[in-house]
Amino acid sequence: MLELALDARRGSFHLQVECRLTSDWTVIFGPSGAGKSTLLRLLAGLDRPRQNEPVQGRIVFETNPLTETARGLWLAPGRRHTSLVSQHSALFPHLNAAANVAFGLRHLDASTRAARVNEMLVLVGATELAHYSTQNLSGGQAQRVALARALAPRPRLLLLDEPFSALDGVASDALLARLQPYLRENAIQAVMATHDVTDALATSAEVLLLREGRLIAQGPAAEVLAAERERIATKLTAP
Amino acid sequence: MDWQAFALSLRLAAVTTVILLAIAVPLAAFLVLGRGRWRAALEAVATLPMVLPPTVLGFFLLVLLGPRTAFGRGITAVLGHPLAFSFSGLVVGSVIYSLPFALQPLVAGFDSVDTSLIDAARLLGAGPTRLVLSILLPLARRSLLAAVVLPFLHTMGEFGVVLMLGGDIPGATRTLSIVLYNQVENFDYSAASHTAAILLGLSVFALAVIYSTSQSRGARRA
Repeated sequence: MLELALDARRGSFHLQVECRLTSDWTVIFGPSGAGKSTLLRLLAGLDRPRQNEPVQGRIVFETNPLTETARGLWLAPGRRHTSLVSQHSALFPHLNAAANVAFGLRHLDASTRAARVNEMLVLVGATELAHYSTQNLSGGQAQRVALARALAPRPRLLLLDEPFSALDGVASDALLARLQPYLRENAIQAVMATHDVTDALATSAEVLLLREGRLIAQGPAAEVLAAERERIATKLTAP
Repeated sequence: MDWQAFALSLRLAAVTTVILLAIAVPLAAFLVLGRGRWRAALEAVATLPMVLPPTVLGFFLLVLLGPRTAFGRGITAVLGHPLAFSFSGLVVGSVIYSLPFALQPLVAGFDSVDTSLIDAARLLGAGPTRLVLSILLPLARRSLLAAVVLPFLHTMGEFGVVLMLGGDIPGATRTLSIVLYNQVENFDYSAASHTAAILLGLSVFALAVIYSTSQSRGARRA
């Protein structure tokens, strides 16, 4: 379970969110500029509270506080057991795909590490890419490898920021179908940000509807996105 | 050709470059990854030797390391000899004088690394040391090469600081640039041209190495 109460300012943008995420798969849905990426970065601990970019509030994951500004607590990103996969896969260009996946596994011995890398590449359907230079990967392949890299250290919280934008619908659905059981089996809570309503509706997720930095609604996808679904249906049936 | 001065210049440049790398790599990482208000002030201080006339810097160091200051007297007490007019003194002067030539390429190189890569490494548990060794340095290889070559050459041809701080002691502080100065002063233009040609050749060769690596990178991209 993830509990957050955040008040953050980034220039003129003001994010104010207070909620409790209990579902194992949550979708943060909202248009571009709604604050989805800002929220994920705060959850990941990448944006440390600063004087010119103040953040107030707290983030608690499974009873462990990750951020608690009132007592100056801010856990470094590497200590949160959290991974983030963003739209730009951010693969290390000087390492091949397998070495990218192995980057967060330095604490494991070589054989365990190799087995974990292989397991992750199988999961995302990218075993044949293991020795590819990341510069030779397509956008979709890079996103698969980035997902494998994020999952390899077995995080407890997986943050996904439009992670399948470079995959076509069929490939994205197939990957989701493999990913969701894996996350359930390994008790990994996932929070995915998207502005694509079909992505949000594709999973039986809890949805947070975010607009201009404010939480508008929270609940099952079918309820929260009913209006969006109706809009799409109208568009499809229109003459 | 004064081979003793040539060897001394090479030794001075090599020792200075190694020390500078040990200082400049962490300092550049600190400047790029750190975000405090003091960052600009620290960078300004580290860049100061670039705009300060070498003779002025040499004079300040001569006074600071000499018997007129408590600091200089303390160093003399510890080492058993003053730093001024010694090879060690030249190393200290050269490190300070050439610091910006090592620091600036590294800061520029580290700054050009995509921040999303740094974020990804931090999320995967990389601390500052691993960030520098596994991400910043490999991705800023050309800047690292420049941070080795530029201070090396700068030290090889250094004159003002060397003369002020080290004087002209054969085998201890007489570098190639001092030899060149002496040769010109003695109207020995033939020997001076040889000495100048060596310094020029070294510079051209080193710069050609830097630019050839950038061209091969460009060719790989094309």
